[in-house]
Amino acid sequence: MWLNQFLLLGALLFCIGVYGVLARRNGVMVLMSIELLLNAVNLNFIAFGAYHGTPVGQVFALFVIGVAAAEVGVGLAIVLLIYRNRSSIDLESVDLLKG
Amino acid sequence: MIATLLAQAPQLPFEAPVVDFHALAPQIVLVAFVAVILVVDVIKLEDAKRFIPGLTGLAMLASLVPVISLALHGADRSLFGGAFVVDNVSLVLQAMFLLAGYVVTLLSSNYLAEGDFWESEFYLMLLSSMLGMVVMCSARDLVTIFVALELLSIPAYLMASWEKRNLRSNEAGLKYYLMGVFASALMLYGMSLLFGITGSTLLTEIGASIAEAESSTPIVTLAIVLVVVGFGFKVSAVPFHTWAPDTYEGAPTPVTAFLAVASKAAGFVALVQLVFVGFLGRTDVVEPLMWALAAASMTVGNLIALRQTNVVRLLAYSGIAQAGFMLAPFAVSATNAADALTAVVSYLLIYAAMNLGAFAVVIAVSRKTQSGEISSMGGLFGYAPGLTVAMTICLASLAGIPPLGGWFAKFVVFRALTAADTPAGYVLAIVVALNSVIAFYYYGLVLKAMWFSPEPHGDSTPIKVPVSLVSALAITIAATVLFGVFPGLIGHFTGNLGGLLSFAGG
Repeated sequence: MWLNQFLLLGALLFCIGVYGVLARRNGVMVLMSIELLLNAVNLNFIAFGAYHGTPVGQVFALFVIGVAAAEVGVGLAIVLLIYRNRSSIDLESVDLLKG
Repeated sequence: MIATLLAQAPQLPFEAPVVDFHALAPQIVLVAFVAVILVVDVIKLEDAKRFIPGLTGLAMLASLVPVISLALHGADRSLFGGAFVVDNVSLVLQAMFLLAGYVVTLLSSNYLAEGDFWESEFYLMLLSSMLGMVVMCSARDLVTIFVALELLSIPAYLMASWEKRNLRSNEAGLKYYLMGVFASALMLYGMSLLFGITGSTLLTEIGASIAEAESSTPIVTLAIVLVVVGFGFKVSAVPFHTWAPDTYEGAPTPVTAFLAVASKAAGFVALVQLVFVGFLGRTDVVEPLMWALAAASMTVGNLIALRQTNVVRLLAYSGIAQAGFMLAPFAVSATNAADALTAVVSYLLIYAAMNLGAFAVVIAVSRKTQSGEISSMGGLFGYAPGLTVAMTICLASLAGIPPLGGWFAKFVVFRALTAADTPAGYVLAIVVALNSVIAFYYYGLVLKAMWFSPEPHGDSTPIKVPVSLVSALAITIAATVLFGVFPGLIGHFTGNLGGLLSFAGG
């Protein structure tokens, strides 16, 4: 019974994250939305791991946390690069390439 | 305190796993070279720049040695409770990645040395990404697949934005990063559902469980769709392709070659393992999904490629269409599993050779023209006949003209689709055939410019092609031609892949 609440919270966080990635124009806010996505997944893994009574879910969540740190580090570096070159982190204005 | 702990130690239920170091040797060699290059770079700084491309190439070739010795040894090896498997599929693909990585190193060395780039770090990123790909070939567990995917992607995000002061390169990196991270989040959500349904992250156990999970069809479908969509971004399948042309155009061209070949192939390797080991029991979900992705990628990729004027963007859309051809055998992954697997792996090997060759010519030509427009390649035959012939071979192979490799690749896909003997298979075979014809037109446009158009600026000084580019061209063209003239050669590598299917239980 208690599994549902974690899954619903996870799904809700995931939806907020997807909205943030698609709708936000500020680079840093998009990175924060990506964190939301990954943490929604962590919640799922831990809830399922406890439900099945195996540590594998927690192990996977630890891997996701570690990789998310590396991912967001690279993301911040790229956003910083854009800020240095354009003095703005508005992602809508990054549109030199199209066609 | 410590004494009591030590006294208890023998009773702790811990068994050190038996590690088969021979099976891990290709990965260990790459890690060792990453460490060596890092140290050499730190100690020697500017002086080191001359050695690092050579060391990187050496790393790829040295890592190939244990791959060959494992292949000669023959037996399948399974490590870490089945999470890491060395079999024929993984060895063939590891060899392909290492050779493709070697060619990319050759393509990069002059480009980086002559441009305003950070050099040594680039090769570290390239090797790290290569390590992720080589791990991916053996990954048979969701955790391993995820870690391998991120290990190969994160350095690639940085490589795409390597030209720091160039706004276009920044944009390429940003788009690739956002799409890539979003895709891995979707894939992870799918993986968490798969883990929830089956209680395991091993692909073999997932395969056994989801085949029985009739009652939870909607959630299994959602999980499989999310995971496949996640890798759909990686292989740039329509409708998840929007990042590819922009990233390819903006990124430094050797990086584009790397993304278009190695990174895309890594996505396919993951799909091969997931579909043929994990999802084979649920073909009611996988086959229609793959059918739609394949048909959309081929058609949309080809139609948009028709109106491109930039040769790198054209190769990007052609790559999307080629991804469609490679996805097509997945649409008959259950009805004709053995043929479909052989077709995907054969296509991957040939695609790597011919596409790297095309990019090598583009890099060589843009050394003189400083442009990626098709019109700038006008009159190439007049002053660079060798490059023109090389490009003609690569594009003809991509279009599928016999007796070149691409023709054989299309042939095995076609054979797998028709041998499945299902209506869906036949319809997709027709779509493949129609799209092969459309592709002739835009490859022909490039060839027409090179052979018949005049040089736009009347400047017909010959192009100086450095030795590394010549070697890269020689390797890729030789592979493209040999695979076409002696199709048995590729059958030799891909003829005995059934071991992968036996893991799925038939």
